[in-house]
Amino acid sequence: MGLTGNAVGGRLIFEVFRQERKGQAFMHGGSFHAPNREFADAYAREFYARRGESVALWVVPREAIVEIDEFPDEFDLKYRRVDGYSIKARLKEARELAAENATRSRDAFSAKEA
Amino acid sequence: MKDRASLLLELADDELILGWRNSEWTGIAPFLEEDVAFSSIAQNEIGHARALYELAARDLGTDADSLAFDRTLDDYRCAPLVELRRLEWARTIARHWLYETADAIRLDALKASSDPEVAGLAAKMDREETYHRMHAEMWLERLLATDEGRRRLEEGVRELWPYALGVLDDELRTRFQAIVRERLPFELPDVEPVPRGRHEAELEGLLGEMTIVRRSAPVGAQW
Repeated sequence: MGLTGNAVGGRLIFEVFRQERKGQAFMHGGSFHAPNREFADAYAREFYARRGESVALWVVPREAIVEIDEFPDEFDLKYRRVDGYSIKARLKEARELAAENATRSRDAFSAKEA
Repeated sequence: MKDRASLLLELADDELILGWRNSEWTGIAPFLEEDVAFSSIAQNEIGHARALYELAARDLGTDADSLAFDRTLDDYRCAPLVELRRLEWARTIARHWLYETADAIRLDALKASSDPEVAGLAAKMDREETYHRMHAEMWLERLLATDEGRRRLEEGVRELWPYALGVLDDELRTRFQAIVRERLPFELPDVEPVPRGRHEAELEGLLGEMTIVRRSAPVGAQW
């Protein structure tokens, strides 16, 4: 892959993902400029591994990353979302209904006793 | 045949003074990432110097700091190549590459030493120097990739060539010359090496600055 886009003063942006311990997921660590992959290799070591803070790095030219940031939800299908939809109001409603039902059956029982 | 302490001091002084010169780029390197990388290389060189001084100090009955900071200018054994103040990036890369190339040959020889302490330390240093060589090589390649870079690198190498030849002894120098000539795309003349033992004028200023804090405190001060 030719690395040409996103160059700033002949340099490219590289994104770094670090693994702190073997077996753990790689997490985004940050980014830096480098003229090419060889420099990126050297700089990644300096910035993200020199102090023993990483056991492995993924160094990725930013232009190799596919960014997606538009997710239309025209019909407001909130139930699909991870944060779900608010059940506060419905919960309140259900509690009130339950309380009402309890009162009603107690009244019915008292009427029978009398 | 040199005794062990003299050999170690030559190497240690080279690493200390070059580390110091390289550290002059801290804060003013061409861009931030390189600033960090080159400063780190400078620190490594000074770290190597410390390890070498410690070994030499045992033979000489002194300590590493005294060897690094308390000797007089004439006692330093570094090659004049590392003494030069060259705050110009192409020249800095030229020196960096020439020095690392020479140093690799020297370390190879030391790793084969019959003295296990010297061989062990050389092997340890070489593992870090591998990274320095990669760094020097990628910069060399980058400068050679454009007309201006190539022109400035060539100027720098030509200027430093007699100095670079003075880093190694006669027996290793031939190999150094061959490797450099093989790698660089321009001719280099046969010239007399600038030998170890004489010093460049700018070493005095460096030593003055390098020892200023140590000299400001009473002898034997604990830090």
